[in-house]
Amino acid sequence: MKHRFDVRVGPISFRVGSAWAAPIAALQSLYSDYPASATVPNYTVRIEPERPWRRLIRPSVAIRGDHILPDALPLPLAQGLLAAEMGMNLQLALGERRFLLLHAASVEKDGRGLILTGESGSGKSTLSALLGANGWRFMGDEFVLIEPETGAIHAFPRPISLKNASIAVLESVLPDNRFGPRLVGTPKGDIRHLKPDPDAIAAMDQTAMPRLIVFPRFGFDAAVRDVAPGEAFVRLTQASTNFTAMGERGFNALTRLVTTVPAKAIDYPDTTSALELVASL
Amino acid sequence: MILAYALADPSSVLRLGHADWTALLCIAHAERLLPTLAHRVDGLAIPESAKAVLNNARLNAEAGRVRALWEIEMMRRALAPREVPVVLLKGSAFLAAGLAAGQGRLVGDLDILVPRERLGEVEAVILEAGWEWLKVDAYDDHYYRTWMHELPPLIHRDRDAMIDIHHTILPLTARPKPDAAAMIADSVVIAPGLRMLCPEDMIIHAAAHLLADGDLSGGMRNLWDIRCLVAEYPLDGLEERARTHGLLAETERALRLSGVLFGEPKRRGLVDRLYLARLTARDGWGRETLKLLRFAFYIRSHLIRMPFPLLVGHLFTKWRKARSKG
Repeated sequence: MKHRFDVRVGPISFRVGSAWAAPIAALQSLYSDYPASATVPNYTVRIEPERPWRRLIRPSVAIRGDHILPDALPLPLAQGLLAAEMGMNLQLALGERRFLLLHAASVEKDGRGLILTGESGSGKSTLSALLGANGWRFMGDEFVLIEPETGAIHAFPRPISLKNASIAVLESVLPDNRFGPRLVGTPKGDIRHLKPDPDAIAAMDQTAMPRLIVFPRFGFDAAVRDVAPGEAFVRLTQASTNFTAMGERGFNALTRLVTTVPAKAIDYPDTTSALELVASL
Repeated sequence: MILAYALADPSSVLRLGHADWTALLCIAHAERLLPTLAHRVDGLAIPESAKAVLNNARLNAEAGRVRALWEIEMMRRALAPREVPVVLLKGSAFLAAGLAAGQGRLVGDLDILVPRERLGEVEAVILEAGWEWLKVDAYDDHYYRTWMHELPPLIHRDRDAMIDIHHTILPLTARPKPDAAAMIADSVVIAPGLRMLCPEDMIIHAAAHLLADGDLSGGMRNLWDIRCLVAEYPLDGLEERARTHGLLAETERALRLSGVLFGEPKRRGLVDRLYLARLTARDGWGRETLKLLRFAFYIRSHLIRMPFPLLVGHLFTKWRKARSKG
């Protein structure tokens, strides 16, 4: 393809091909602190015109690659960066079999790995970004990679995709050079990418053993309750993109996780109380 | 061609640099042959980063194999009381019988062949056992039941797995009329309640599927199946058998294409060259190339599936339905 970008994030490397220069330039800037993968990538992403003539005329960016969602809608060229990011997520979500994937965020401190999981809007991205700014090592906000053989979390610290109201929350605590461009009017509303702390990127090859699973819920009075292993198991199967496809290895990895690591559900009315709650656990 | 070389002569990958590996793995994935390639190059000194990709593919195929065998077992249990001869087709048969063609083979749907006169009974049992129609459209139903070689696709309501129940191997409207009864009569027992086609028929089926039915999508994998079957069995009766089914030309061409792709010096005609170009029409990013040639084979796939007047009627109905939906 005409334009190409290679990057490695933790144990996963990507090659992104693009028919346009702009999305690649945006990726280069967003991933400037990451190692370029000089070897054979795990996944190929292609962002290309939906139809040949849509490269120049009303450009329309289709998200393709090794794995394709047949009914994924194309995006306008102004959101080409988002298309590339979605393409990378898609490859991993559909293709990965070495690691059990949880749609979750994770942070680490003193070797204690924290898994934050919940539906969209539960605040896991915002919380993990804030924890990353408050002494924790950010390990990723999109996927937690569990290695079935050891139970360890592998870091996958991609830029954090902040949405709508959470953009201002992080803009108020972190300098402007940590942010990518603001993408307005995407299918998920406004999006602005936040680069992880350079130390978190430098430490991305260090794994962590999970010590606590947290199910946060935003918009309720502060509360904490224990989550039994059975409930955690069911909720995490729903949060996993490859649990079924992994077969017995996935089942064993998840069973081990919920039977060896305690789980808590926390409700929080605002981010300050969320950080206090997490610190108290 | 880089993929065909690697499958035929695994040691050829030792010469590849990182860029070639990237292209090879991407193409193999697109042709659904990545785990097969992983199996072929197992144990060779290859770059760690390529090994990681192949390892991922191997884990995927292994989980898929367990799932496919379980689907076969679920189907077997459902049909066992009826004592219907059930013949596994394609990948399902290769896996269940442990054939060389099954090593690293990805299996999508479960394909079975049953006697046509017992189709109604099989359909009822399968529906009773939890499979449901994937399409409920009256025209689609009519299309399958009147003209096709299989029932409309069924999907299991709990396991999300598809089963295709065939009563012969080509659409009833296609020109060749293979002898399905003979295929079932000469099928081979794999395990109690499970059969596979005899080796000759497995090759003829693969050839028919490739050259007398579809548009050659995934054709490289079909030809690899054929190559593995040819290597595994003595096939003295193949020509005679193919003639019986009216598929001699298809079988001969498939053997020729498989031979040429996987490294045997064979004479190839002009038409063979077109087929080979179509079969290898993919670039190092996994993209389809030679769009015009692909389109020509696509048109051909429709023309060989049914006589022209019937095809026009079918396409007109499809077009009207699409328009009323849109």
